[in-house]
Amino acid sequence: MNAINKTENQALARTVLELDVNNHAGVMSHVVGMFSRRAYNVEGILCMPVGDGATSRIWLMVNEDVRLDQMVKQVEKLEDVLAVRRHGAEHQVFGRLEEFFH
Amino acid sequence: MPSPITETLTGAQIVVRLLERQGVRTLSGIPGGAILPIYDALSQSSLIHHVLARHEQGAGFIAQGMARASGEVAVCMASSGPGATNLLTAIADAKLDSIPMLAITGQVPTSMIGTDAFQEVDTYGLSIPITKHNFLVSSARDLLDIIPRAFRLASSGRPGPVLVDIPKDVQNQAVEISDWPEPGVADPVMAAPAELIASAAAMINAAARPVLYLGGGVVHSGASELAVALAEKASLPTVMTLMALGAMPVDHALSLGMLGMHGARCTNFALDECDLLIALGARFDDRATGKVTAFCPQAKIIHIDIDRSELDKIKTAHVGISGDVAAVLEQLAPQVNAALHTPWLARVGELKAEHPLRLPGIDDARTPYGLIHAVADGLDDQAIITTDVGQHQMWVAQAYPLRRPRQWLTSGGLGTMGFGLPAAIGASLAQPERTVVCFSGDGSILMNVQELATAAEEDVNVKVVLMNNASLGLVFQQQTMFYGERIFASKFKGVPDFLKVAEGFGWQTLDLDLADDPRAALRRALAGRGPLLIHASIDMREQVLPMVAPGASNKDMIGG
Repeated sequence: MNAINKTENQALARTVLELDVNNHAGVMSHVVGMFSRRAYNVEGILCMPVGDGATSRIWLMVNEDVRLDQMVKQVEKLEDVLAVRRHGAEHQVFGRLEEFFH
Repeated sequence: MPSPITETLTGAQIVVRLLERQGVRTLSGIPGGAILPIYDALSQSSLIHHVLARHEQGAGFIAQGMARASGEVAVCMASSGPGATNLLTAIADAKLDSIPMLAITGQVPTSMIGTDAFQEVDTYGLSIPITKHNFLVSSARDLLDIIPRAFRLASSGRPGPVLVDIPKDVQNQAVEISDWPEPGVADPVMAAPAELIASAAAMINAAARPVLYLGGGVVHSGASELAVALAEKASLPTVMTLMALGAMPVDHALSLGMLGMHGARCTNFALDECDLLIALGARFDDRATGKVTAFCPQAKIIHIDIDRSELDKIKTAHVGISGDVAAVLEQLAPQVNAALHTPWLARVGELKAEHPLRLPGIDDARTPYGLIHAVADGLDDQAIITTDVGQHQMWVAQAYPLRRPRQWLTSGGLGTMGFGLPAAIGASLAQPERTVVCFSGDGSILMNVQELATAAEEDVNVKVVLMNNASLGLVFQQQTMFYGERIFASKFKGVPDFLKVAEGFGWQTLDLDLADDPRAALRRALAGRGPLLIHASIDMREQVLPMVAPGASNKDMIGG
């Protein structure tokens, strides 16, 4: 990432969402549907199974927006979403992945 | 211990057995290739009465009518592909009005999913945003978990529709069953935090000009009596959303009727002056609030709703309580002081006297309001009233003396034309002892007119009051008011002979236009049993007033 892009990206405050979800087909679609129906872009998505694979963890990187609080409540309502945690942009999960994008 | 009896059953038989165990006795649907195994199993059930709709959307709304009248989860069925897509509108409607419904759809065999097989559509994907939850079943054994869960989900918390999509091979798969799961029931409701209840009570006790704002959640939670009792104890003038009509009898001294776009002037003015708004099971819908920033500008807000994501969604609450309305009211009421609010009630009385709901023509049964009152005069409070969507819906909402919860079934959130007739059939199936009256328009009735056949077949006691103005009345009205009278695509050039149409479907008919004494004719017609269509011509230029322009402040009402 060059310096200009970095500056631009920092201007948009980012939030990293960490979701514990049941691991089966369709869960990702339920989660990202909450964002896409509002034309709310998800900048980064990462998902891996946890432990025995009964559950997964989804990481979402999104831009801060006044709608976010209400959307997190909506995501928490989804039957297959077990927990949602919010982190600041400083969270390293996406930063460490950057080397795969160059 | 005796060993449990093991049976070998197909997925289809398991579905039917689980529905029977849930207590389902009536369901509606249409068969087709991908759901034939379930229909074959259903044919062997001596407990379940299947109502054959004539379009899947009709089946969905018949289920909705059952659910709305009873408060219980109702079931509809459809085959794959077009059967499933035809159900979608009724499912979306149930989502927006929080109606507990289970939709079961057949799907092409698992091995063919994703191949563009005949009548294959991504029912799971299509139904994600319009259901509370949905399932694509991958084995017959999973049904033992999924079906009871679907009932639990549909009825728990904020109710809503759940869809279960079952591939044909799963319906045919045989498995050994020895234990049956318990029927799925709604999760118990949690008590609300005591400190929030105390804060809310303190705000109510300190308010000088409080208003109670009832939404559909009051009806869903069975909290109508508690809400009326709170209003009476603390002398709270009370407004209702379209969905809450009936929660407080409209002729109750504290009732201000419906708020919002077609509410009375006094109602919207009282909200404009209130210093505390107590929202119970209401979601600050734009048709209720008008321009949100101008809604109750002087008021603090207490918002009580079972769905936490409704709190602070539209309006930030000073106290937000997520909880079942009835449970919260049980906790709250003892802490609310009895109050008289004499100056405030006097002010509200003044507003009512100066700006009442005007119902021109109320004594003439050939006008919209007069017709509605004449119908009401021929019925008692035990009757169920359904509507379609449009002018007639708003006239009935304004003028019908609704006095009990679940008396009034209307498509509020989605505003679906075509809702009224099949919902009336469903309501009548659920509660056959009641007379069910569907107010409809000449636009709406055609959108599910095929269900006239279903009603005749089931011989339900449904009366359709067809208000015929040969136009899409509310569109005509908006074009007249807001689009420089450029009337376009809202006047019908060809109007069917609705009496002949109804007769052709096996209905009795009454043409009020030809009746010498329309009130007497109505009384006689409503007293009889069986399906009957009452036709009444309405002047195209009749308007629903007052009206708040979409996006305008509720204070700025036109007419009325």
